[in-house]
Amino acid sequence: MNFKTVKHSIPKVDANGLMRGLPAYTDDLTDENALIIKCLRSPHAFAKIRSINTEKALQLNEIECILTHKDVPRIPITRAGQGYPEPSPKDYFILDEFVRYVGDEVAIIAGRSEKSVQKAIKLIEVDFEVFEPVLDFEKAENHPSIIHPEKEIYTMFPMGLDAQKNVACSYTNTMIVGDVNKTLAECDVALNHRYYTHAQQHVAMEPHSSTAYLDYQQRLTIISSTQNPYHTRRIIGEALQKPLRDIRVIKPRIGGGFGGKQQIHNDLFSAIVTLKTGKPSKCIYTRKEVFESTFTRHEMRFDIQLGADKNGNIHALDIQLLSNTGAHGEHALTTFMVAGSKLLPMYNKATALRFEGKVVYTNRCPAGAYRGYGAIQANFAVESAIDELAHKLQMDPVELRLKNSIKEGETSPVFKVMGEGGEGIEQKMESCKLDYCISRGRDLIKWKQKFPFLKIAPNKIRSVGTAIAMQGSGIPLLDMGSAIVKLNDDGFFNLLVGATDIGTGSDTILTQIASEALDVPIDRFVITSSDTDVTPFDVGAYASSTTFVTGNAVRKAAENMKKKIIQTGAKIWQIDEKQITFQNGILKSKDGLKTITLKELSEGLYYSFAEDMEQLIASGSNTSPKSPPPFMAGFVEIELDTETGKIDILDYVAVVDCGTPINPNLAKIQVEGGVLQGIGMAMFEDVKYSKNGRMLTNNMMNYKIPNRCDVKKLTVELAESYDPAGPYGAKSVGEIGIDTPLAAIANAIYNAVGVRIRTLPLTPEKILNGILKNEKR
Amino acid sequence: MKIKFILNKNEVEIDANPMTRLIDVLREHFQLLGTKEGCGEGECGACTILLNDKPVASCIANLIHAENGVILTAEGIAKTKIGTLLIDCFDETNAVQCGFCFPGFLVSSYHYLKTDGEPNLEKIKIALSGNICRCTGYQKIFDSVLMACEKLDLS
Repeated sequence: MNFKTVKHSIPKVDANGLMRGLPAYTDDLTDENALIIKCLRSPHAFAKIRSINTEKALQLNEIECILTHKDVPRIPITRAGQGYPEPSPKDYFILDEFVRYVGDEVAIIAGRSEKSVQKAIKLIEVDFEVFEPVLDFEKAENHPSIIHPEKEIYTMFPMGLDAQKNVACSYTNTMIVGDVNKTLAECDVALNHRYYTHAQQHVAMEPHSSTAYLDYQQRLTIISSTQNPYHTRRIIGEALQKPLRDIRVIKPRIGGGFGGKQQIHNDLFSAIVTLKTGKPSKCIYTRKEVFESTFTRHEMRFDIQLGADKNGNIHALDIQLLSNTGAHGEHALTTFMVAGSKLLPMYNKATALRFEGKVVYTNRCPAGAYRGYGAIQANFAVESAIDELAHKLQMDPVELRLKNSIKEGETSPVFKVMGEGGEGIEQKMESCKLDYCISRGRDLIKWKQKFPFLKIAPNKIRSVGTAIAMQGSGIPLLDMGSAIVKLNDDGFFNLLVGATDIGTGSDTILTQIASEALDVPIDRFVITSSDTDVTPFDVGAYASSTTFVTGNAVRKAAENMKKKIIQTGAKIWQIDEKQITFQNGILKSKDGLKTITLKELSEGLYYSFAEDMEQLIASGSNTSPKSPPPFMAGFVEIELDTETGKIDILDYVAVVDCGTPINPNLAKIQVEGGVLQGIGMAMFEDVKYSKNGRMLTNNMMNYKIPNRCDVKKLTVELAESYDPAGPYGAKSVGEIGIDTPLAAIANAIYNAVGVRIRTLPLTPEKILNGILKNEKR
Repeated sequence: MKIKFILNKNEVEIDANPMTRLIDVLREHFQLLGTKEGCGEGECGACTILLNDKPVASCIANLIHAENGVILTAEGIAKTKIGTLLIDCFDETNAVQCGFCFPGFLVSSYHYLKTDGEPNLEKIKIALSGNICRCTGYQKIFDSVLMACEKLDLS
């Protein structure tokens, strides 16, 4: 299909100013007199504040405000930043008498200089009653320490919350297709293994930041590094008991999110300090605070049963899951469910499927949304198990996947049974090039020459490994996005969207969609996104939704604008609309006698069309019963040193079906970034705690993220694909890239030296231990 | 203490505690907001500036280090010929995602083009080793700098 703007790699609309270092991010935009906000944080993993004395600190000259749990409204909320009713337990207070992890907030301090605030923190006297913390998530249920004993905790719909047992939610007896036990017993080959995936940190380069001020009408304005300004406004209104009309949330440029800025963070602190003092304030987290006191990925344990006949037809797949949500239940239920709903449909030939489990509280840094969102964890477990099954069947793992994976035109019963938080919606795969992705990736990595391994030196082995993945494109009939297009004099358009560009390029691709739909050159558009006073509603940047959900809204708004322009032509020329065309920004009558440029038209509409003068403005909203999954095949080639257990990633091949890439370069860079984050999680990123529950990996020296050395080559290709439900055939691409490296690298390690690692990360130590163990046999 | 230095080709003087972090001097005193604080401990490279023609993490350097010295920040580099070339190349390949680390990448890339400039991927990777990016996977950043080296060679 030929497009004018879509499917072209035009430069990102916001890149130039950002590279030049012009003020754009939250901390660049704060009032120079803004009060500095810092938090006194808990040194204990679990404790109750017996007493707190702020008198001495308050006497300091520059201190304006100190808030403890006695000074803030006690309203149970969830900071998750999801739709409404929220699918996460309401288990958080702005400040509480309990502290539930090391780094939890004890008090909020605001002052005129950072120095005075730091001094005040030291002068606050707190008497803690310290409890035994729950640090091991496998021992959390029924632990004598109850992390949420408060009576106010509740959920907005049943999700199996049992706070007295430290259970945030549970899910059983629902996601069952066929008779799993019976089918497994009948299989020629079956396996049953346990896998562990660890917590991971987002490490967006911009720390979580917010600033607040009251405007001249005393309305509260918050500028925040948020992924979802509308949910932020709603949650702040709920927590502070303020009508939403009195709150404005602006998202400026954001320095990366990856899910880490979906939750509400210090926005609440800036808001409450400004409301209490009447003065502008700002709270910019240090890197240590980002590590210790925001969110991580959910740690998970999977028990996988997998069964097939001797010809390699998979008949049964059973997943029993335990997830660790840390001190609060943000995204507990939904990440858990995505572990099933974004994985099980991939193996749709199986007739018996089961997915059950629980999510527990622990006294660790809360877990929250993170790119991949449950699907990446499940991907490690199931895609490792698929390779283990292939080995038992003595089958090529690529062949096993080609044989059993979902194809275009097919469906899976899982789509209907489970969604995110509740029931799902049936859908057929109208675009699915997964089989192409697998066979193309196999060729690119030269699988046939390299599988399972090549010995290239006495202690060096090169091997290949693979994994496949699917994600979604927004949450069906829950995610909604909208857009407004407005024509201005001089013939340019404002495009207003609530969608939240956090660095992904959504402002750029949404402008491309508007340009394509309206048939007006892209430089005639100015996009404004994410200001709750100005732009229309959007759920925000999460669940791989923007391209698909908001993209369709922009397309509708632009098509409506085109209709209005043609209607205007009909009015001013007194001819039938059918006799008019609007192409490349020029309005013409079909007989060629009348022509008017957009500039002339817009100026006439503003100044000279007399009774026909009008502000042309069009809007569009979109939600969809569909969430067409993007698919991907990942292939890795590693070099393994058998003396040290060290591995190097020589090449990572990613072949992705994301439908039409609206901007191929931006689609590819999303995948490249995702793959590298996945490689980081697979190999070395790990959130470590001391035995008292203090986070050890709380800076960028101890928590290593991938740098230029960690992959030699990254090969990303996009499959030719078109989904009829997407804007110009597009599906999502934001998350899919991160899913496959965990299992693909684990499988490559097995193919190299026969060591199966079922507990992430895949460290040299574990590899070498495995090699030594094998040698003893 | 009064300290003089040259900032983006202008002579400046500031009266401040000589131990003030350079990043705070640039951001708060001179409103040069392109220098970003990503980690505050010299690991991420988002606050990279050129101090006396060498890339330095301004979050772990102090004002006193700049005494009688020459500082070039991303804002200053963006106005140079090589800076413009680099920005055009980053734009062409779509190397920028969130952009927060990019002023730092611009500074390190500029330094490489000024001091070496050979279109050699391995050398470029080493030159940019002090800058961490979480969004992009680095591929397009390297491609852009390589492209800039080649274009500079031709001009």
